[in-house]
Amino acid sequence: MPPPRSTVRVRVHPLGDTAVLAELGTKLDTALNARAIALAAALKKRRDVRQAVAGHASVTVQFDPDQITHEAMAAAIKRLATKRPPLDEPGRLHRIPVVYDGPDLYAVAMQLRLTTHQVIELHGRPIYRVFLVGFVPGWAYLGPLADELALPRRPVPRTQVPAGSVAIAGHQTGIYPLPSPGGWHLIGRTSVKLFLPDSDPPSLFRAGDRVRFFSVSG
Amino acid sequence: MLRVLQPGLLTTIQDIGRPHAVASGVPPGGAMDRFAHTAANLLVGNDRGAATLECTLTGPHLVAEHACLIAITGADFEPRVNGDAAPMWTGLFLSQGDQLTFGGRRAGARAYVAVAGGISADRWLGSMSTNLMCARGGMHGRALVAGDALPVGELSGPVVAGRNLAAGMRPVYGERTLHVIAGPHFTRLQGESREALFSAGFSVSHDSNRMGYRLEGPRLDAPGEELLSFGVVAGAVQLPAGGQPILLMADHQTAGGYPVVVTVASVSIPIAAQLAPGDEFRFAEITIDTALQMRAAQREALDLLMR
Repeated sequence: MPPPRSTVRVRVHPLGDTAVLAELGTKLDTALNARAIALAAALKKRRDVRQAVAGHASVTVQFDPDQITHEAMAAAIKRLATKRPPLDEPGRLHRIPVVYDGPDLYAVAMQLRLTTHQVIELHGRPIYRVFLVGFVPGWAYLGPLADELALPRRPVPRTQVPAGSVAIAGHQTGIYPLPSPGGWHLIGRTSVKLFLPDSDPPSLFRAGDRVRFFSVSG
Repeated sequence: MLRVLQPGLLTTIQDIGRPHAVASGVPPGGAMDRFAHTAANLLVGNDRGAATLECTLTGPHLVAEHACLIAITGADFEPRVNGDAAPMWTGLFLSQGDQLTFGGRRAGARAYVAVAGGISADRWLGSMSTNLMCARGGMHGRALVAGDALPVGELSGPVVAGRNLAAGMRPVYGERTLHVIAGPHFTRLQGESREALFSAGFSVSHDSNRMGYRLEGPRLDAPGEELLSFGVVAGAVQLPAGGQPILLMADHQTAGGYPVVVTVASVSIPIAAQLAPGDEFRFAEITIDTALQMRAAQREALDLLMR
């Protein structure tokens, strides 16, 4: 029996006159993200597409409007998105050592009514998926985080977060690759370099990779 | 070769950027005003993508160490060769020892200087564009400083001075309307905010740079569920919870989770690139079809320079 055709609903919005945003969904979901990555890869092969980048559950497509109209591009995206996605090959697995001594670790534990030990244990247990590399060079959105660790972002972002900070917010976790402002809760730090400016590609993580954290002493 | 005697406020080497690096979170970069950048290159016989100097708010003081053909486009900072007013949007021969200087800012925010053969600089991830945050590309990842030498590439053919972009084809930087297309989250704008977006004036705040412009104007509200991050493009107007929009420019963050209420049409991005902190402008909504017609007309002006 042939596999069932997918019923994913795609909404295509203009993003100016030379790009569109194709939304596959609005929830943080591993299967949706795998579809978005597969769709971006399929779109990149088209001659009329200049760039296609997967978001958590979307694809941003920059195209040449001299070669294809917005309507035809939207139709092509919808057609490709309803194709059964290729099997989501497990991405490369990265094991990241973390010193869990972040400035927010204790406050996070208090807010979640957990011990700091439980926070560390819950953070280190899953194998996370790299949903998306972006925002700043080398930053990766990782998840999903255990429900027990889900917290809204800090009400007031820090103006400067040190590079290597391991942080959580919502159902996601990440590592600040460069010193930058940030609103996530800092629970630890790692010496692993995420942004590798002299490599190509310059990011350690790629969308679809897997990441596991393990605790080390500082 | 050109020698930098004074660098100006912020002069960087830029080309058409590194669009494929966005998958690693690296901004696409490149010249903020692609029209002026491309025109400068075509006027000296370069490929459209050759590296030029992007001079922000003030111009540099350069000396030609060898004879060369240059063109100055974009913002009018009163260019002078050996003290005499020099025409813009025109191919100019500099003899060995000629001095290129600039006076005050008359219009626009970014001037471009192209040299026949193109400026040779550090290439990073496929582009010579300077990325200041990553300290890569261009002049060792930094703005020009006094004493820098700018080597020039090989000429691809014979060069001719005096070619120019017809006056009627040159952009008018005093006319400050940014044409925009409704964005993915336009419908989140509440009635009053939607009206204010197109009726009120906005200004570019002093907290603005090549990454983006923070805009000052009426507070806009686009409430709704928190969004998952998605890839963004130059020209996208994000609306964070504070209600102060951000217009993303060439060195923009590659992904964001703020609503994008409108996107500046490709034809207006060069006009946006010529706004300086404090400049006021308005948004005007257009359809995609109109945007594409305006884009085609703008490109025809450049195609004339190819002949």
